[in-house]
Amino acid sequence: MSHACHKHFEQPKEFKFSAENMKHIEQFIAKYPKGKQQSAIMPLLDLAQRQHDNWIPEAAMEEIARILDVPRIRVFEVATFYTMYNLAPRGKHHLQFCTTTPCWLRGSADVVSACEKHLGIKLGETTEDGMFTITDVECLGACVNAPVVQRNGDEYYEDLTPENVVKVLEDLKAGKTLEHGSKGGRNKSMSAAGTTTLVEQAGKSGIPVATDAAKGKK
Amino acid sequence: MLQDKDRIFTNLYGWQGADLKSAQARGDWSGTKDLMAKGHDWIIEEVKTSELRGRGGAGFPTGMKWSFMPKESKDGRPNYLVINADESEPGTCKDRDIIRHEPHKIVEGALLASYAMRAHACYIYIRGEFYMEAMALQKAIDEAYAAGLIGKNASGSGWDFDLYLHRGAGAYICGEETALLNSLEGKKGQPRNKPPFPAGAGLYACPTTVNNIETIAVVPEILRRGGAWFASIGPEKNRGTKVFCISGHVNNPCNVEEALGVPLKDLIEKHAGGVRGGWDNLLAIIPGGSSTRLLPRDVCDTITMDFDALRGAWSGLGTAGVIVMDKSTDVVYAIARLARFYWHESCGQCTPCREGTGWMYRIMQRMVKGEANIEEIDMLLDIGSEIEGHTICAHGDASAWPIQGLIKHFRPEMEKRILEYRKRLVA
Repeated sequence: MSHACHKHFEQPKEFKFSAENMKHIEQFIAKYPKGKQQSAIMPLLDLAQRQHDNWIPEAAMEEIARILDVPRIRVFEVATFYTMYNLAPRGKHHLQFCTTTPCWLRGSADVVSACEKHLGIKLGETTEDGMFTITDVECLGACVNAPVVQRNGDEYYEDLTPENVVKVLEDLKAGKTLEHGSKGGRNKSMSAAGTTTLVEQAGKSGIPVATDAAKGKK
Repeated sequence: MLQDKDRIFTNLYGWQGADLKSAQARGDWSGTKDLMAKGHDWIIEEVKTSELRGRGGAGFPTGMKWSFMPKESKDGRPNYLVINADESEPGTCKDRDIIRHEPHKIVEGALLASYAMRAHACYIYIRGEFYMEAMALQKAIDEAYAAGLIGKNASGSGWDFDLYLHRGAGAYICGEETALLNSLEGKKGQPRNKPPFPAGAGLYACPTTVNNIETIAVVPEILRRGGAWFASIGPEKNRGTKVFCISGHVNNPCNVEEALGVPLKDLIEKHAGGVRGGWDNLLAIIPGGSSTRLLPRDVCDTITMDFDALRGAWSGLGTAGVIVMDKSTDVVYAIARLARFYWHESCGQCTPCREGTGWMYRIMQRMVKGEANIEEIDMLLDIGSEIEGHTICAHGDASAWPIQGLIKHFRPEMEKRILEYRKRLVA
């Protein structure tokens, strides 16, 4: 049990993009006008993180500066400004819990506690086996499906409860492929009581329509 | 209430595919070439007729914004359209649904809006956390290229048009348009001083318009049905439909497209299953995302959801992210948590915001426990007014507003907490 950011770790001396990623890099640079290749710093940092076990070593920043022909400081200042770039190793599953007000109103504090208890670590820490790092983050922008957690910056698990989040942890640990989206069994951002709009389309798609009772006035 | 026939986002919940064929079956990309043949200025005029106001929060008239763009380049600089999909305002998740379920409305809207503003290239800036959504949108862009709808001679119009997706990496401030432009240029997302405004010198110092992604996504439907149709929905100066996000203490949180001007109570009771424990259990509502001041229960009874009505209630429509709080809510914590948000997301460029958001957050943390002096309530207002209007962008202003709302409507609760804390100390 140690803090993800304080644990001692080695910076690799060298970093090279894979041949396949070098092709992606060409495509990224081509998105921006000639001479504006600095714009590709962000996509390249993301690419480096994906290639390198979910964190970006300093050698990768140097390599990006070399490829894009920009001063190293341009890459360093971008890498340290944005929260999604991990500059130190993370667990295999980096779980980022939204705890901003809309998630908090729906019980994110209990969801986080359940995870801390199950894993035996606190927010900001990594499990001994390197399987999980848990952190809290600001609004993930899925507020009607709160509480929400994001895994490795890629997928959301939504409509969490202290119970179903433990199931998520167990499934991830067992190496199961998890469906992203609602863990409460509901259809995306539609009301759990059935749709209140688009009745004709709902009929064609076999979607339940909310009854008047479900629409409120409980 | 809005009728189904007037809804624009008929696949808001993703019941059908987001692919090109399914989108075309829903009416997307029909007659795009003909709309473009009517000319750049016809599109701008039609959008003006629709009275569409920007859906990102500020509510600026879209047609007027577009008309600021130069009609011809005198010095060879190209025009750009940049679409803001950095949706990060707490309480807001409307763009997410549009992106993943209606991406072709965005791609077609990007073409039509770019054509109107004489731009051959458009960038969509999407928040980094929306990875799955970015994949869905990229797929739609690829499909549109493959079908000749965008690219060289887009949709057979004779206009060349390129559309690129750029992913952010976790910074609320990049939703501010000039911070977004800096981020797109590969820099730290720090807002720029204005002037120059983006229409004069924006992306790569070229004339640029930045629009919210919902604004762009409704454009094709407005042009197909006519600006007058859109302007026939909603109250004067607050026209059209809007995707609302209803979160927090309601029985069925959801996103829903409604008419502007819908009564807040109807919105919650008809679509979100009502307030948990009934309407009488309501404490307060933040009506338009975290930056808007909360509304106490009595205002919620009668308020309608549009730009001007909410401004009149000393709040705002913002992004239409409705955050509902019932009587079980620790409202001081709810706002203190937002204070942490603004402190965390301050870009650090301007001293009043960088330091002031931290001061406010630290005082708010003590307010939650009551570990404060009564005078510090006014000190919070004082700090807020020292930040407001003294920073490059509106992040500083926005950090002050939720606290102002709390103090205006819940000062007795804050005082009570302070007095109770003191009693416990003495006892």
